Amino acid sequence: MSDTLPRDTTLPAAEGVPAPAAPAPRSRRSEFLYFALRNPKLWIGGLVVLFFAVTAVVGPRLTDYGVQEYVGPPASPPSAEHWFGTTTFGQDVFTQFVHGLGASFIVGLLGGGIAAIVGMTVGFVAGYRGGIVDEVLNVMTNIVLVLPTLAVLIIIAAYLEVRGVVTEAVFIGLTSWPWAARAIRAQTFSLAARDFVDLARLTGVPTRKIILGEIAPNMSSYLFMTFILLFGGAILAAATLDFIGLGPTDGMSLGLMMNNAVLWSALQLGLWWWFVPPGLAIALIVGSLYFMNVGLDEVFNPRLRTT
Amino acid sequence: MLEFDSVTKEFRVGAFGRLTITAVDDVSFRIAPGEIVSLIGESGSGKSTIGRMILRLTPATKGTIRFDGVDVSTLGRKELKEYYRHVQGVFQDPFSSFNPVFKADRVFEMLRSQFYPDRSGSEWEDRVAKAVEDVGLNPVQVLNRYPHQLSGGQLQRMLLARALLLDLRLLVADEVISMLDASTRVGVLNLLAELRERGLSILFITHDLALGYYISDRTIILRRGSIVEMGDTRRVFQDPRHPYTQTLLASVPQMEWRWRDRPVSAAVPVDGDGTGDAEPVTVLEEVEPGHWVAVS
Repeated sequence: MSDTLPRDTTLPAAEGVPAPAAPAPRSRRSEFLYFALRNPKLWIGGLVVLFFAVTAVVGPRLTDYGVQEYVGPPASPPSAEHWFGTTTFGQDVFTQFVHGLGASFIVGLLGGGIAAIVGMTVGFVAGYRGGIVDEVLNVMTNIVLVLPTLAVLIIIAAYLEVRGVVTEAVFIGLTSWPWAARAIRAQTFSLAARDFVDLARLTGVPTRKIILGEIAPNMSSYLFMTFILLFGGAILAAATLDFIGLGPTDGMSLGLMMNNAVLWSALQLGLWWWFVPPGLAIALIVGSLYFMNVGLDEVFNPRLRTT
Repeated sequence: MLEFDSVTKEFRVGAFGRLTITAVDDVSFRIAPGEIVSLIGESGSGKSTIGRMILRLTPATKGTIRFDGVDVSTLGRKELKEYYRHVQGVFQDPFSSFNPVFKADRVFEMLRSQFYPDRSGSEWEDRVAKAVEDVGLNPVQVLNRYPHQLSGGQLQRMLLARALLLDLRLLVADEVISMLDASTRVGVLNLLAELRERGLSILFITHDLALGYYISDRTIILRRGSIVEMGDTRRVFQDPRHPYTQTLLASVPQMEWRWRDRPVSAAVPVDGDGTGDAEPVTVLEEVEPGHWVAVS
């Protein structure tokens, strides 16, 4: 395996400088790229997620039907006319599927994104500032952490007249950040005690730049993984909410499809084409994200590399 | 130039800060221009805390620190930057002083963006190269490298070079050579002495008596956050008045001594954790001009 390692790793033979332990590529970025491209977990998982993302974007253009439109014979299995068959009412399952897929990605990106931003902000500030700021933020974090998320989401969802995918994503985002904040706070604590942070302060670098420019790059892999996990978590949370009937009131989502399928006894009637695509898609997307997460861990952590 | 005026530092520990630990207790001293003052004490004696307070990395609980007569704690953002133009620090662990994710010469680039944003690229590069040469390094060897590709001595010298790029007047050197091996030690030490010749003041924080004696003009012996003895380095080392200083000096193993032939005695218990009996309140008394000793 060693002969496939990049050959440009050797440094120019400087006078008296001991050669660093090989392999030490010239820049960290190229080193990460090198291992990322050779990590099957990462690119297989990435391809699956990419496939569903592309389907969500291109899919709606491939179908002429409306999401709730009654377009075909009721409860018909997949055919050339209706690729994924139709529901008990004659709605096109493929149309619902591609629209629901889009909704799931919006929830993942928005919900996961909000949670990541809130969690990172709280974690960085609490960990870097310490003292009373940390204690206040920590109390806040712990309160949100012990809130039974699903129960709160159910209550909020029940009180809102009109619920869209975006609203749902925002609520999921605002309730799922605490663990990320706690983990990032702990990491920041240990990094903020390092001398290079003091040196940056002695150089007059403002706090925001110290956090983003000195501390964050040291945990970039961790931050990236946090986002991936929050992304998958948001999709799952949305599917759960939708499935118990508290999903968007307008629009379609994968969870809502499964909710409808169960409501109209698709399982008992043998309409497998109604609930298998959304269920499989959720399982594959979230599974691939976790799969990518393991791969990323190997890329960023040299001790886990197999090659 | 720098006045440290009855400064006390208490740390709050425990949940909601119920307990306090006094790290520095009513310490006063001055550093004159072009003077090397060594601050000697064992672990936990508060010597690093004093350095951090001068660098304003830690606020003082009581007392004032003045630089050129200006209270350091009142400095705003802009003034603080000007302060850092004149007062800089170098720390103990050279590997921890560099961000491992970036190349080591990033410390110079940070300095440029904060202090000399209008310098052109090539002009700045020449200055960096010159500063690096000034501390006895070959720019080709150390620039454009990652910290792990350089040795501790090289990194520590780069930090000194970084400080020298500013209009430096006071350097807080906190255990700068304790992590270096003996061969590179003297080099860095002589470099500091050379800098003094250019009019730089240095606060040399160390636990090593021999290093303090080698380099400093004046010596401050610190114990449990208080000054025990302070004065001209030769006087303090040749005529120690306080029992703690005497024990400290007696407990330095000499080159020709073997523990079997001449075991080092410890009359005053050397306190590591500071949990022993409370020290009686002491005041500093001038036993001879410029030589102060704590008496109870």
